[in-house]
Amino acid sequence: MTIQWTELIVFGVLFLGVSGMGFVAARWRRPKDMEHLDEWGLGGRNFGGWITWFLIGGDLYTAYTFVAVPALVFGAGAVGFFAVPYTVVIYPMLFLVLIRLWSVSHRHGFVTPADFVRSRFGSPTLALVVAITGIVATMPYIALQLIGIEAVLKAMGVQGHLPIIIAFAILAAYTYQSGLRAPALIAFVKDVLIYVVILAAVIYIPLKLGGWGEIFGAAQAKFDASPNPGDGILLNANNQLQYATLAFGSALALFLYPHSVTGILASKNRDVIKRNMSALPAYSLLLGLIALLGFMAIAAGITPIGTDMNTVVPNLFDKMFPDWFTGVAFAAIGIGALVPAAIMSIAASNLFTRNIYKEYMKKDASPAQEAKVSKIVSLVVKIGAVLCILLLDPSFSIDLQLIGGVIILQTLPSVGLGLYTRWFHRGALIAGWAAGMGFGMWMLYNVSSPTKPHWAGSAFPLEKFGLDTKMTLYAGLLAVAMNLIVTVLVTLVLKALKTPDGADGTVDDDYFADEGDKGVDAGELEKEPIAST
Amino acid sequence: MTTRQPSPRSDRSPWNWLLIVPVVLPLLTFLFNHDEPRLLGFPVFYWLQLAFILVGVATTSLVYQMTKKRRSS
Repeated sequence: MTIQWTELIVFGVLFLGVSGMGFVAARWRRPKDMEHLDEWGLGGRNFGGWITWFLIGGDLYTAYTFVAVPALVFGAGAVGFFAVPYTVVIYPMLFLVLIRLWSVSHRHGFVTPADFVRSRFGSPTLALVVAITGIVATMPYIALQLIGIEAVLKAMGVQGHLPIIIAFAILAAYTYQSGLRAPALIAFVKDVLIYVVILAAVIYIPLKLGGWGEIFGAAQAKFDASPNPGDGILLNANNQLQYATLAFGSALALFLYPHSVTGILASKNRDVIKRNMSALPAYSLLLGLIALLGFMAIAAGITPIGTDMNTVVPNLFDKMFPDWFTGVAFAAIGIGALVPAAIMSIAASNLFTRNIYKEYMKKDASPAQEAKVSKIVSLVVKIGAVLCILLLDPSFSIDLQLIGGVIILQTLPSVGLGLYTRWFHRGALIAGWAAGMGFGMWMLYNVSSPTKPHWAGSAFPLEKFGLDTKMTLYAGLLAVAMNLIVTVLVTLVLKALKTPDGADGTVDDDYFADEGDKGVDAGELEKEPIAST
Repeated sequence: MTTRQPSPRSDRSPWNWLLIVPVVLPLLTFLFNHDEPRLLGFPVFYWLQLAFILVGVATTSLVYQMTKKRRSS
């Protein structure tokens, strides 16, 4: 395949321009003192409604989503559309939950979800479990952002890993320099590009293809001819439950990811979060339209490069748009990868610094030392993500991402339910986590497809339990159900045995604190004495 | 463990119950798993689920407006 020079030049100019913004971002909204984790890792905890909207939008709707969701629709049809109900149910569900997390975190100076767990349940061990779970679930997610860039480069005829390494080195450098301010500033440009590209795509491409009726007709014809019983432009009797449970389970998981929490904690008050919960679905509409690119690709007769389904959308753009606009579209995807990759690496390094370094290695670390360690760890995390791509089969990282969702869900009882109840025993939460994790891994291992004997998705067939049905269910939801059952039972046992439980470092009023309250103003944060118990 | 001090503040409001609608509606596959009637060529499955986004925005916006704390300054 020859190199598409026009596309590559437009892509390169936009990509480098945005990277320049990343470096300048350190001076944006002038921090008093960048050598503090609240500044580097949470952007000063002072983002208003608009910045938060762009930041969380850039965080949750990643480049990978833009490439992988339509690829799934291209391959399997209706089931790939689960991303829409997933991102509809999530906001009303978390509307009241996240403001509690914000309040308690601001009153106590928590930076990570594990900080909260440590204080709420009085258990550094449980916090360590939550921190490691978060880091392990985030790493493959960062690696996947690279796959988004790689798909675009492939479509432009650029081969080899060197360009990806350069792109990530630039990303690493400005994240080190500017912290969370960099993705917050870049997210704005990324969104403008993505909206322009997608609106152009959903208006222009259907016109060229003869309208939506034609597009759905072509998809219907393709799925009717395929031997796979699970595909089609509608769901069938066996995968409807999977569709609903996957949407619901993924929604539960999303705000347990450390990078989503980072976006929430960086906002300046509760109102900003509530307003964002009603404004963020604007991205879901975009995501729904992006998903339909998969059907457009079918109607346009697009084939992927090799077996890499992620190249379907880049190839569609390449075929349909003039070269210069294809370059803009590719830059949108590439820059779309940089924003979440930066936030994720910041979130992972905050977890390491707060819940491993400060807890176990240097209990008296100053805020400046915390910021320094986080900055260095963010580099290590990115090197790890690059190695994931270079050393592992890319299809394996998609499996890791799938596993990541099931893994992070196991922190639901301690992080999510912990915001409402202190009833669970710390020992029970660890036991429940282990049970859910084990059961989840067992289920994922046993999911097979015609081409793969194991790890072939998250749709667990209920017949493996001996039930007489062909129905499938999202493995993550079953795993977290197991987790909850074990947590409740072990709590009852430990309470009956009068096993000592940790002290709760929070009081009820902490969950309602807002901007302007004593001890909540960003300047006079009452720092949780995390090293002393 | 010390006895808990209940907070004088609360997020409770009857309006919050409305939030259940956009959480449950998109999960009821039998509502939208149909082809006809089509809208602009879109099967029900696609246009109705996109319409649920508007339901989500409308309910969360309404609940936000109705439960907004009036600031006293």
